[in-house]
Amino acid sequence: MDFFQTLILTTDSAVRLSVPLLFACLAGLYSERSGVVDIGLEGKMLGGAFAAGCVAAVTGSAWLGLLAAILVSIGLALVHGFASITQRGNQIVSGVAINFVASGLTALLGQAWFSRGGKTPQLPNTARFNEITLPFTDSVRGIPVLGPIYSDIISGHSLLVYASFVAIPLTWWVLYRTRFGLRLRAVGENPGAVDTAGISVAWMRYRAVVITGILCGFAGAYLSIAQSAGFSKDMTAGKGFIALAALVFAKWKPVNALGACFLFGFLDAVGIRLQGTQLPVIGEVPVQAMQALPYVLTVVLLAGFIGKSIPPKASGVPYTKER
Amino acid sequence: MHLDEKTKAQGNDGTGAKSAGDGQSERVPAIRLVGIEKRFGPVYANKNIDLNVAKGSIHGIIGENGAGKSTLMSILYGFYQADDGEIYVNGKRETIPDSQKAIAIGIGMVHQHFMLVDNFSVLENVVLGVEGGSLLQKGVDKARAELKRLADEYELNIDPDALIQDLPVGLQQRVEILKALYRGADILILDEPTGVLTPAEADHLFRILGQLRDQGKTILLITHKLREIMAITDEVSVMRRGEMVGSVHTSETSVEQLAEMMVGRHVLLNVEKGPSNPTREVLSVENLTVTDKRGVDLVKDVSFKVCAGEIVGIAGVSGNGQSELMEAIAGMITARSGSITINGEVTTKADALDRRHRGMAHVPEDRHRTGLVTKFPAKENMILGYQDQKKYGEGLFLDLTAILKETQDFMVDFDVRPPDPHLKAANFSGGNQQKLVLAREMERDPDILLVGQPTRGVDIGAIEFIHKRLIEMRDAGKAILLVSVELDEIRSLSDRILVMFDGKIVGERPAGASEQELGLMMAGIDDPSEMGSDPMVSAELARDNTDEALVEMAKGGKE
Repeated sequence: MDFFQTLILTTDSAVRLSVPLLFACLAGLYSERSGVVDIGLEGKMLGGAFAAGCVAAVTGSAWLGLLAAILVSIGLALVHGFASITQRGNQIVSGVAINFVASGLTALLGQAWFSRGGKTPQLPNTARFNEITLPFTDSVRGIPVLGPIYSDIISGHSLLVYASFVAIPLTWWVLYRTRFGLRLRAVGENPGAVDTAGISVAWMRYRAVVITGILCGFAGAYLSIAQSAGFSKDMTAGKGFIALAALVFAKWKPVNALGACFLFGFLDAVGIRLQGTQLPVIGEVPVQAMQALPYVLTVVLLAGFIGKSIPPKASGVPYTKER
Repeated sequence: MHLDEKTKAQGNDGTGAKSAGDGQSERVPAIRLVGIEKRFGPVYANKNIDLNVAKGSIHGIIGENGAGKSTLMSILYGFYQADDGEIYVNGKRETIPDSQKAIAIGIGMVHQHFMLVDNFSVLENVVLGVEGGSLLQKGVDKARAELKRLADEYELNIDPDALIQDLPVGLQQRVEILKALYRGADILILDEPTGVLTPAEADHLFRILGQLRDQGKTILLITHKLREIMAITDEVSVMRRGEMVGSVHTSETSVEQLAEMMVGRHVLLNVEKGPSNPTREVLSVENLTVTDKRGVDLVKDVSFKVCAGEIVGIAGVSGNGQSELMEAIAGMITARSGSITINGEVTTKADALDRRHRGMAHVPEDRHRTGLVTKFPAKENMILGYQDQKKYGEGLFLDLTAILKETQDFMVDFDVRPPDPHLKAANFSGGNQQKLVLAREMERDPDILLVGQPTRGVDIGAIEFIHKRLIEMRDAGKAILLVSVELDEIRSLSDRILVMFDGKIVGERPAGASEQELGLMMAGIDDPSEMGSDPMVSAELARDNTDEALVEMAKGGKE
């Protein structure tokens, strides 16, 4: 039972840890499915997290914080869109630039505005997205196996967690059941087909990039005003890149993205749990090794275990009409 | 202008062409262009173009590569905007700012490179852009019913749920045509539609086009193949260097006249070639099998020989293993089993460089991807693969003067224009790029030359030149292995013809083999002599035979 309890707790923390990955991964999915490679997920998340932290601290409203996160993230997304769609620039360079700008600017502005070493002020619970206890949590807790799963894993998360899990089927539905989804998938595979069908390639891609911005805003807000109570410097800690890896791992499909993000979240949770514990044979594992685990596994998984993952054919290629 | 009202209404309801029978609109041309101009930078792609296309006709537009045909059609389809000039569709002046407008006024286009999404189903491709609502289901259901109707009406059968990437090119093209018809096109533009088709598929396409015309559709056929023009069109307009040379009724013209209009001078359309004089065996391939990464056999147990003093041609529809066979012989990929012998020495395990040392030269099929580094100047391209030769410098350094000198000589010898060794390969025209590659390989005086698609995307004048040089090389006692998807090229150059289908060599024919015989073999029908007794096929062949004389001369000048 002790093992079961550990598993429940680890899974619960994996759910929390996979949420920002999930938002960011879906964000990247929209962008890359439209043919715009987005290595700047990290920067957009960070910008969003900072905006959410600031606005929530100043106004005391989590909802305004979320709105600010979304707006800032959309702003950064549009910069990337302008560089890569309108100006047909190098999408990697643009994405990297956004990451640097976000990292530098959030630290600078944070220090200038709040003078707390790049942190925003500690938020009271009223300015955060708090955990929601679902109905019947206490009454079913006693039921073996299913009880704890419902009470500890499914219940007791913030609204944003549930939003991220709703976003998966929603994205699937948009992608495969709507006109917008059809055009989105087409524009990332063969923009020429979309153009000759009389649809603007640039407009399609801008819309995709804006959706990416919105979802990165959610990811950022989750980090600073749901998972923690305030923004701290570089708090995304590479989650944007892990989300990109998850996207490749998921073969650019929304349902797979859930699995991929949860796997990475779970690894993260295991890493945290195993810190300082004695393992048989190996002994105590250094903290750094545990922290590196998700990254190592990413490399191993991507290198050999997922088979061929084919990106949208036109992703990363600016669209120009051929002569 | 009550006439305009009427024709406009026709354009919009999508099926209106059937009412084109009424006398008045019959006389209004489906398309009239007046003084169309289009510049790309300082270069005129189209200069003062006038064109009239009669309603319910098949109108050919012919010209060499770069003559401006595709640009003109792109203007008509709203892909580009003309800098100057007027467009009238069914008598009404139109501006066509984008493809959406073109579609709305009843113009559909089948592009040379298909505008299809490979991992979409046929249905998804057809509805893309005309989904009829923000949810897909309704549009898809409607398209499914409509495709069935079109299939019955025009012999355009297709599995609506098949993925594009699983369909052969002939069917992919059919999807493009269906796309245009689904959008209610009355005027259908086809850009080089037969480039990727087998002769039989091309004939089927022509039958469909004939049917569409009979139903009142207007068809614009862009091509550089004279055979197609003569076989199917009612009228033909010739373009040269961005200008319209003239329009003639197909029945009142000849292949020679069209060729002369295209090139601007008299062209000899036949290759002059004496009998071959094969001597010793230079290349021998035995039981060669090539397998790709997924374990699929692309070349299956292929054996043949090439002797000095002969040209052996490998015919086949693109994608039947010719490319892989060529690459395996050249040493670019490794064969799974079998042997390759050059000049009596087994070289199966040798790499490409080693094979070059043994007297092999290779002109790859794709000059952009494997033949040239297009960002390098001509002089650097000229030594690629031979850069370690002593004459280009020893030790760490290249002898730039020697390289420059030799490049200049080669360029003059192969009539590369402009003969500027410093110019980037990308800035030469297709024909001159090809001459660069041919010069590099042929000037090394190899014992065996592998040539893939020597005249793909090359204009008539250059084709004439390249064919002449290949024959000269043969007459000088060299062995040549030619791979080409242009059947006419194979037939006019080769001394022996091997036909590949599905990775196997399905037969060998002498130089004089007829096009339909080879065409059937290319389609995988093993013994065409037996098929000849089938009444249906015989009828087909008889019909083709009338084209035979034209075919002989078509597709490119041969001296």
